[in-house]
Amino acid sequence: MEFVKQYWAPLVCGLVIVAVLPLIVGYVVLVERKIMADMQARLGPMRVGPHGLLQPIADAVKLLIKEDIIPEDADKLVFWLAPVLSVAAALLAIAGLAIGPAFQIAKDVNIGILFVVGVSAMGIFGIVLGGWASNSHYSLIGALRSSAQLVSYETAAGMALVCGLLFAGTLNIASIVEAQRTQGIWFGLLAPVAFFTYLVASIAETNRAPFDLPEAESELVAGYMTEFSGFRWSLYFLAEYTNMIVVASVATTLFLGGWLRPFSETHWLNFIDFLPPLLMICIGVYCLIRTPKQPARVQQLFMLAVAGLCFAVALVLAAPVLVPIIKPSLAAAVKPYYEGILGGFWFVFKVSAYIYFFMWLRFTLPRYRFDQLMRLGWHFLIPLSIINVLLIGIAMIAGQYFHLAGWSLLLTTIPASIIALIVALFILATEQKSEPQKASGAAPDSYA
Amino acid sequence: MATDTTTDPRDKQQTLLGADELVLNMGPQHPSTHGVLRVKLKLDGERVIGSECMIGYLHRGVEKIAEHRTYQQFAPYVDRMDYVAAVSNGLGYCEAIEKLLMVEAPPRAKVIRTILTELQRIASHLLWLGTHALDIGALTPLFYCFREREEILKIFEKYCGARLTTHAFRIGGLQYEAYDTLEKDVESFCKAFEPRIKDYEDLLTQNRIWLGRTKGVGILKAEDAIAMGATGPVLRASGVKWDIRKAMPYAAYDQYKFEIPVGTTGDTYDRYLVRMEEMRQSRLICLQAIENIPTGPIMAKVGKVLKPPPGEVYHSIEAPKGELGYYVISDGTVQPYRVRIRPPSFVNLQAFDKMARGHLVADVVAIIGTLDIVLGEVDR
Repeated sequence: MEFVKQYWAPLVCGLVIVAVLPLIVGYVVLVERKIMADMQARLGPMRVGPHGLLQPIADAVKLLIKEDIIPEDADKLVFWLAPVLSVAAALLAIAGLAIGPAFQIAKDVNIGILFVVGVSAMGIFGIVLGGWASNSHYSLIGALRSSAQLVSYETAAGMALVCGLLFAGTLNIASIVEAQRTQGIWFGLLAPVAFFTYLVASIAETNRAPFDLPEAESELVAGYMTEFSGFRWSLYFLAEYTNMIVVASVATTLFLGGWLRPFSETHWLNFIDFLPPLLMICIGVYCLIRTPKQPARVQQLFMLAVAGLCFAVALVLAAPVLVPIIKPSLAAAVKPYYEGILGGFWFVFKVSAYIYFFMWLRFTLPRYRFDQLMRLGWHFLIPLSIINVLLIGIAMIAGQYFHLAGWSLLLTTIPASIIALIVALFILATEQKSEPQKASGAAPDSYA
Repeated sequence: MATDTTTDPRDKQQTLLGADELVLNMGPQHPSTHGVLRVKLKLDGERVIGSECMIGYLHRGVEKIAEHRTYQQFAPYVDRMDYVAAVSNGLGYCEAIEKLLMVEAPPRAKVIRTILTELQRIASHLLWLGTHALDIGALTPLFYCFREREEILKIFEKYCGARLTTHAFRIGGLQYEAYDTLEKDVESFCKAFEPRIKDYEDLLTQNRIWLGRTKGVGILKAEDAIAMGATGPVLRASGVKWDIRKAMPYAAYDQYKFEIPVGTTGDTYDRYLVRMEEMRQSRLICLQAIENIPTGPIMAKVGKVLKPPPGEVYHSIEAPKGELGYYVISDGTVQPYRVRIRPPSFVNLQAFDKMARGHLVADVVAIIGTLDIVLGEVDR
């Protein structure tokens, strides 16, 4: 039994993740396209299935049966290996994450967050090798950009993570969340500047707009992916979106309280536990109201099915909250389920919100130029994050001196954040002052 | 068009790390060369140290075709040059032939021509804005721009049945009388358009990234612009106040009040601002024009067979992209002896090398976008 628990259960979990993640990614892409369509005054995918719900499956089938083209002069082995490396690193990073106190494949890894960050950074090899092996100029430039970008922003992201880890005092992912529970405050509130730095750096790390230079389609066609097609291309795609989920999960764990609900230790706010089932019920009722308005019978049935699903989910979410109220004797037995189910909901909710923010930025902002990206990284984010680590450290020492903990720690961290903010504005102001000179001539050398 | 890249002293400069320069072939199949432009870029790292535009992938011999068609038969062909501003092309051609025939379109035809041409200018600028923003990485403005452009195309469709290659005008006036609700349609479009321009400006004008990508990029000084023969917004953004609508009024432009926006530095950002303001001005012209459309005939007295007297004529109009000129020689037969077209895109494209040198690859797409070229017009 012990053996099964120790080795086989994680293995099965891992297999499930490898099998299910492409599907999740497919639907993340669909959601992204739908949100994009909504922001751009159009409908988005509508043809495959009701409201395009089967689109990811159609896309997957298309990609799988596409001709697999390997360029004549490509380095075949590396060309074959690169996308696999990329996706393997991304999937491996998932193993370290904790979706709830019970859902973690690599349990009790004492270097948890370091493992996740380190392994997901390995994905860059896939990009660099892929770009190099394609033997194409566009791919090569895309790969070069990507490596430079990742190296630069990894530093800022790491420094931002250090701020959170200072509060947690541990690298173990489950313990980090536990620390936020005992202190009663999310680290994102204690170190907002670090959270912001990580937010920006994580966008850059996942090559998302406005930092999507490695695959800037208007310049480099598709960057390092230019020569890849069919399944290989979809592996890169999978890696990119998995990485998005990974960085969002890391941010959630470290800055947004992981699977904890908002104000998890404030008991008079316990009614928040009812919000998730209520939300699902609202969606279900909305579907029911819309059902008679659907033109086709299939669509009506579909709406009913969605409503039913929502009610079922609501029931599952409500059960662990309601049971202790009805039968207080079962409270202890229900506790793990409460943490598992509602914790899972909050975790997924926070990750979704984080990813939604990514998408929102992508549809709103133009793309940075490469040298501007580097300048932002090295001249703004890295100094800011280093100064922020120092300030947060000082704030913590001051907090210990005055015996502050939890919410009262804000008394020292807020001034620290304000100083960091002033530093940030100062850096931006000096940047702007130096810009006109550059504007007169050619753009500054990004590789210098 | 081909620039001699070998004699430029800047080419001899030492590249970083002493490595050879990289020759990158951009196009003719590239997402952001706006059609089939091919640019050979010499790169040092990502820096452009030389460039060469290779054109002709869309050459259809429009000028030669003219010599084998009658004057009326050739009119639809000009729509296929700058296919996103077909109405303007048609106006230029019709007015050139009218000048050759020494007839003048009746006032009603002139006003309707002006309205449609100004709508076309807005449509063309909208297309430019959407694709330019897309090149720089902003995905969303494209769809907003196409939403408004759709309204304009609907007006064209109602007027003459076609949306893109309209052939809206005839030599001597118009073939179709304005449909009943034309004025109302134009007015409702103009009313709705005002806040929409503000939306685009909110998305881009003060955006830090947009400023970083466009300010100081692709500077074209006024004297260079004049020397290259650049016209239209490209010239005006460099600070030269030259607009044929004011300088040599045609159609009904002398009746309306409008401003000519000019830039100061001649960078990509200035060209953006100039075009945005031009859309506003075009909107104002449309509003003024629909207020008072004269009644009367829409066609001047021209024969069914056009035989202009032998001679030559040059007539140019301010197309959305710059000076669109037609130089027509008549030998007294039903077919023109020679039609030479001065396309604004082709001439403006000459400035590309000057603007792109020293910038990065990412700026190249911004510069191609800001020149607002249409390859159908460059190659003809």
